[in-house]
Amino acid sequence: MDALTHVLAVSAVNPVPARSQMGSSLGFHIILACFGIAFAAVTMVAEWIGIRRGDAAALLLARRWSKVMAVLVAVGAVSGTVLSYEMGLLWPGLMGRFGAAIGFPFSLEGIFFFLEAIFVGVYLYGWNRLSPWAHWWSGMPIVVSGILGAMSVVAANAWMNSPAGYTLSGGKLTSVDPVSVYFNASMPYETAHMILAAYMVTGFLVAGVYAVGLLRGRRDRYHRLGFAIPFTIAGICAPLQVMMGDIIARFIASNQPVKFAAMEYVTTTSRNVPEWLGGIFINGKVYFGAAIPSFNSILVGFSPHTKVIGWDSVPASLRPPLVSLIHLSFDLMVGIGFFLFALAAWQGWWWWFHRRLLLTPWFLVPCAVSGVAAVAAMEAGWIVTEVGRQPWIVYRVLLVSQAVTSSGGVPVTLGVMLVLYAILTVVSIGVPMVMSRRWRRGAPAEEEAEQVPYGPPVRP
Amino acid sequence: MSPSPEAIAVAAILIVVIAAYALFGGADFGGGIWDLVAGSAERGAAPRELIDESITPVWEANHVWLVFILVLTWTAFPPAFAAIMTALFVPLSLSALGIVLRGAGFAFRHTAERLHMQQLTGALFAAASLITPFFMGTVVGAIATGQVPVHPAGNVLADWTSPTAILTGFLFVAACAYISAVFLVLEARQRGHRDLTRYFSLRATAAGVVTGALAGGTFAELSASAPYVYHRLTGIALPLVAISIAAGIAVLGMLWLRWYHAVFLRATAAIAVATVVWGWGLAQYPYLFPTSLPLVTGSAPTAALVSEFVVAGLAVLLVAPGFALLYFLQQRRMLTAAETDADLRRAAQLEQARPSQPAAAPASTETRITAALVLALIAIRAIRDVFSPSRRR
Repeated sequence: MDALTHVLAVSAVNPVPARSQMGSSLGFHIILACFGIAFAAVTMVAEWIGIRRGDAAALLLARRWSKVMAVLVAVGAVSGTVLSYEMGLLWPGLMGRFGAAIGFPFSLEGIFFFLEAIFVGVYLYGWNRLSPWAHWWSGMPIVVSGILGAMSVVAANAWMNSPAGYTLSGGKLTSVDPVSVYFNASMPYETAHMILAAYMVTGFLVAGVYAVGLLRGRRDRYHRLGFAIPFTIAGICAPLQVMMGDIIARFIASNQPVKFAAMEYVTTTSRNVPEWLGGIFINGKVYFGAAIPSFNSILVGFSPHTKVIGWDSVPASLRPPLVSLIHLSFDLMVGIGFFLFALAAWQGWWWWFHRRLLLTPWFLVPCAVSGVAAVAAMEAGWIVTEVGRQPWIVYRVLLVSQAVTSSGGVPVTLGVMLVLYAILTVVSIGVPMVMSRRWRRGAPAEEEAEQVPYGPPVRP
Repeated sequence: MSPSPEAIAVAAILIVVIAAYALFGGADFGGGIWDLVAGSAERGAAPRELIDESITPVWEANHVWLVFILVLTWTAFPPAFAAIMTALFVPLSLSALGIVLRGAGFAFRHTAERLHMQQLTGALFAAASLITPFFMGTVVGAIATGQVPVHPAGNVLADWTSPTAILTGFLFVAACAYISAVFLVLEARQRGHRDLTRYFSLRATAAGVVTGALAGGTFAELSASAPYVYHRLTGIALPLVAISIAAGIAVLGMLWLRWYHAVFLRATAAIAVATVVWGWGLAQYPYLFPTSLPLVTGSAPTAALVSEFVVAGLAVLLVAPGFALLYFLQQRRMLTAAETDADLRRAAQLEQARPSQPAAAPASTETRITAALVLALIAIRAIRDVFSPSRRR
């Protein structure tokens, strides 16, 4: 406890603007990152079907998706560069002390980012001259480096939840074990959760677009495939994600009990802890929530007598703020997870017994919003893990207030960033919409004139 | 106490990466600068098109160089990284802003359909190309003059607004314009544009002279503001400075003689820029911040430094062949924009096959040419409209 009281004695700069800036730029980037991780795989499945079965509709889908991918990956590259700036600009106290430790996963991520950029260029502009299978294989490095890059960067985040692989003496980092840093205790859980989430977000978002098309009566093979391919990929991930989430919650209960307590409204360490569904926590009481008696204890240890650690285990200053936000975000994520699982199971059931796609409006309407729901679930999940770790930036090692910059300009950069990213969001959604409108008009000249920011320009 | 060999090696890797960014990124920014000053629509259309053609394949990779610089610095020299990021918060934020605007402008420029969107994205791209290198230059100037405190209490305005830092900012802009113009001379020549070759040759010469003058000015300024670096630059790093000057003069000579050799001209110009970066690195040795933060106290534990060798090795092993493949395919013209997918659409039964389908093939070429003309006209209008207010002034 001596170290803690010492830590608490350090005078603090208000970290809220810096936290908000980091949170919003991460929240923006993560959606584009999902496309960087998973869109290539979705596109390649379509291309595989196209080549293997000589299916022109599938090939057309793959070609169009690769164009959208180029724009999204480019915006993601820019917002990712900003994030690496922000690691230093906002958190010099973290980077100065532990930059050497978390630098290794970030460096690896840089390599995979490089590879991804190179092969996106080859894949996007190799459609005409490369042989079909050579072109298909040129997409493979994008899929692999997308997964490995996500693993590396999430490993750095996991390290902040389970710091390992370093020795401090006198407050200074004296030795580092990069392998232990990378493979820290939280790393397998967080990386698997995030990669599955990326495939679900991408899959459900793309499927949602074609669900809208199907609802509007465009029921040709092009639209049915455009719905079925991404929906199948995301649908396979959905049950895995629900299982993964259950395992991770149990891991957090033992690894970061205070975060778990905030997620589940566990005020005091006790047995027979109820599971709260919804509800707002005000002054020690939960309002508007439904409690299932002892169910939380059962979920944590498979027995109603399991002891669950509450947030009374640490002094008030070391508990996360905004517990209601954490709990409701957690509930939202779990709820959406089950909703998406149900959608996938519904389609799976129908396919199993009827061997054809279920395309009734009752099914397609929820599918149309499934992508937005998946994004909401992912953002909620990041709120749970990031806000739940507060006030620590490195769990039980370094406080956010010790890491935050002493520069006074953060509120200004926060304002500028919010405006810029709002514009970028509108444009990132708008450009694919404009593209699809052009495609629907079916004007080949327009299609020809379209360029995307990778590879050489059009030469007629 | 002298720094460990690992620390020296990682510092050397960092300097090499910075030099690579100065070359590739610099050429990239310089393209934007020439786009900005290309003038009226009639005069500016051709150079703008050439710039656009030559930047498009590389701009993405340049972001990665920058990301590597940031990550290498924080991994290998965490205290220096934290101090720089705190004290130079303002110019670094501004350069990040430039990167966002530039990337966004570039990403959407080609897909923007309506005129005012094209104007906006084009202007963003060009203006950001000026902002970003300038503020990066002030950051380097502040570091070289030893103005960055080891434990800054907040952002320090005076650090990067000293005459040396501001001069370095201008030097960066000029150097970007210079290296880019030299590369564009060769790009124009490769494509057989005689007038554009002359056009950029003239600009490369002018930018070369300005860069030389600014470098001389910065050098003179350093004698007062950074005595340690100045002493080293005129001492141990003198050969590098001499090579840079000689290469710079050689480039001017080649341009004057119109000896546009694809390899020699490019290499000489690259040497002129890279040796300055290396000279700066050597002149700072053994300090991260001359003379307050030596390498010994500013570098990470040995294992972290070694991990960066692994990363550098992986980069050579994985990224280099990737790049080789990309350039190989590009040189062989294997990477082309995709063709119209009208036939794919027909095959997918999205459209009824037209009765005159065999005749459709030659017609598509015509439509293509018409579309290209229409787009070129729109582009010319857009560029003229963007730049006309500054012309009227």
